[in-house]
Amino acid sequence: MGPIKKIQYDCRHATYLIEKRQHTSLTIRERIELTIHLSGCSVCRLFQQQSRWINRMVRGLFGSAEAQANKLSDEFKLQLQQKIDERLK
Amino acid sequence: MSREKETHDQSIKTSRPDPRQWVERYADHLYSYAIARLGEEEQARDLVQETFLAALEKVSEFRGNSSERTWLTAILKYKIIDAYRKRNSGLRMQKMEEEPELEFFEESNGHWKEAYSPQTLGIEGADPLANKELAAILKKCLFKLPALWLSVFTMKHLDNTATETICKELKVTTSNFWVIIHRAKLNLRACIQRSW
Repeated sequence: MGPIKKIQYDCRHATYLIEKRQHTSLTIRERIELTIHLSGCSVCRLFQQQSRWINRMVRGLFGSAEAQANKLSDEFKLQLQQKIDERLK
Repeated sequence: MSREKETHDQSIKTSRPDPRQWVERYADHLYSYAIARLGEEEQARDLVQETFLAALEKVSEFRGNSSERTWLTAILKYKIIDAYRKRNSGLRMQKMEEEPELEFFEESNGHWKEAYSPQTLGIEGADPLANKELAAILKKCLFKLPALWLSVFTMKHLDNTATETICKELKVTTSNFWVIIHRAKLNLRACIQRSW
């Protein structure tokens, strides 16, 4: 298999680069490899789209979980307050 | 009157940390932060308590460079990493390692295996916050990941921690870090596709 053909087939490597690129810059070689692969592989283009969407979803979901929703019970808070007050004596 | 109030507010802002107010001001925030990353209420509660008690011990180190809230959250963050680490060394991780890892690609050429090839889900543009079912699936799939992968994934995606810091904290090499980021996403995506 020629080097270009190898890149075109290697979805494992392409998806690895797709993930890496979302966090850091790729080397020139990696960028070329990914461009070649994505230009001919619609499945990996779909993977890329879904991967980015998952990232946004994770951030959105957890960002909002932090902003609201979960509350400690008053009972637990009271106990916690007592423990803190005790140690401050 | 209004001027008096202003001076009063200012004195609060610049004052030293006030541990007696912590529970009221920050407990729910810290709890939500912990539960989002741990998925277990009991453990999240324990870590909130540990955070306050640890903060009390080193309250003199608080420099006021950040807000009290940021400072407390940073302490909690390290508690969560510790918890992940314990999960990694505990039964949970062993169990995950025994499970066969899904191999998504052909051994010979790295091409997608037919059965695992991504398919359009029809929800790519959906807002996860507006879709409870989708949010539940995402959470379920995320907490199915092996503890080390989950640690790396949440630290990178939710806290935006520097890669070097994550590698140091979790004792993984840089190349292993990218392998984990890659596998975590492959598994998460496949799980969502299976569950949807």
